[in-house]
Amino acid sequence: MAYRWTNTLTRKDATPEALFLNRRQLMAGAAAGVALAGTGARAEEVLEPNSWEDITEYNNFYEFGTGKSDPATYASALTTEPWSVTIDGLVDRPGEYDFEDIMAEMTVEERIYRFRCVEAWSMVIPWNGFELADLLGMAGVQEQAKYVRFETLYRPEEMRGQSSRFIDWPYVEGLRLDEALHPLTIMATGIYGRTIPNQNGAPIRLVVPWKYGFKSIKSIVKITLTDEQPINTWQALQANEYGFYANVNPEVDHPRWSQATERQIGGGLFSKRIPTLKFNGYEEEVASLYEGMDLTRFY
Amino acid sequence: MRNPASDSERSGAMTIASKSTWADRINGFARKVPTWPLYILYLLPVPWLLYLAQTGGLGREPIKALEHELGEIALQLLIFGLCITPLRRYLGINLLKFRRMFGLLAFIYVTLHLLVWLVLDVGILSQIWADILKRPYITIGMVAFVLLLPLAVTSNTWSVRKLGPAWRTLHKLAYVAAILGAVHYIMLTKVWAIEPLAYLAVILGLLALRVPKRRQKRVA
Repeated sequence: MAYRWTNTLTRKDATPEALFLNRRQLMAGAAAGVALAGTGARAEEVLEPNSWEDITEYNNFYEFGTGKSDPATYASALTTEPWSVTIDGLVDRPGEYDFEDIMAEMTVEERIYRFRCVEAWSMVIPWNGFELADLLGMAGVQEQAKYVRFETLYRPEEMRGQSSRFIDWPYVEGLRLDEALHPLTIMATGIYGRTIPNQNGAPIRLVVPWKYGFKSIKSIVKITLTDEQPINTWQALQANEYGFYANVNPEVDHPRWSQATERQIGGGLFSKRIPTLKFNGYEEEVASLYEGMDLTRFY
Repeated sequence: MRNPASDSERSGAMTIASKSTWADRINGFARKVPTWPLYILYLLPVPWLLYLAQTGGLGREPIKALEHELGEIALQLLIFGLCITPLRRYLGINLLKFRRMFGLLAFIYVTLHLLVWLVLDVGILSQIWADILKRPYITIGMVAFVLLLPLAVTSNTWSVRKLGPAWRTLHKLAYVAAILGAVHYIMLTKVWAIEPLAYLAVILGLLALRVPKRRQKRVA
């Protein structure tokens, strides 16, 4: 790994939890306190992470239902202990890696990232996690590997949404190896310094901040290194609407809606849409990965 | 020995008799109920939803939630309107005096649904226009709204008299608007979902109930 990515957002960008708890009473004071450090790509704008409630009560996790509050309502049925991740395919040390053993090897750090859903809403989330590259390093990626394929747990008795047959479970996602090894790409195990809640993909999920949220697969049980481009679940469902790459791009619309703007969750009834940034604001870091590619074709 | 024929005749007559008293009772009650309080009653969800949206009762993203709630109520009201004819034809229940109310309320809810989309949801004029032209589910929704416009305008008694038989023909546009409304709902979901499909099925079912009678008439 050539360099480690350093965050332009700092802890100061996160609203301290005490402020959230008192937000209504402290509106004016909080605004002054928080509005100090925003150095995000939207030059004038202050990037403020969403509240714990926004992040944990408004989710797309169809394993628990298609409603936005279904995951928060039903995900408590999921048992995440014990948990293991099978890493196989083109690796030197294939096997079932116990979650605890993985965590013992990894250094967890905080990453405050923008999160942009393909449905044109967004949040800012203070993740805790480690770089995927470090995990793949544990298993030893072989030279022939070109892609990484991820799989979510399939356990319909605990994931009630999996009884719906509209999706071919388990949920599958994939990355090109260079995307997977990019220092921005993390495996998240926490939010706001707490253990990641089930509805957000406990105990371990992918976060690829420059791609639409559906790429950031949750509750991962299997990682396969391969030389074939995986077919991700949404691509299999609607290939003309969802591609393999799914990079956030305001210039390439979803066939059914515009991707030029987004609504930040948490602004209430009168929040305005804001312009969507190319690669979700991480253009400087990742644009080179796609040099020479026609992004309207590889959406 | 019992005579099966007379037995079935008797039970058939009894069904008709009990059905008619049951329907008569509803009809008698319906005659006594004035429509204006029902307008007020059925508009109460509007302030209630706005209150919920403001206080977190509609979840972390109240705009879409409000938009969807209003649209769904509009579809339900269109369906109530479509129920009037089959109820009268097959069960003898006459709720004709409420049909205008259901139609107008549906129009009010569709308008509010559209306003939330225009003002709160998108709010950017250029994007609104692009969406109407480029996004099929929005185009279809807009067409349904436009179809309802002349119906709302001619919903008064004066227009009914003035237009005569043409009024009935014109108001068959409600059938098209209801189908388009359900299709609009189906098209905006990301995966096939039961609820929007159920709306379309109910609407098509209610329209199908109108078909055989007309065929019989033609034969006769």
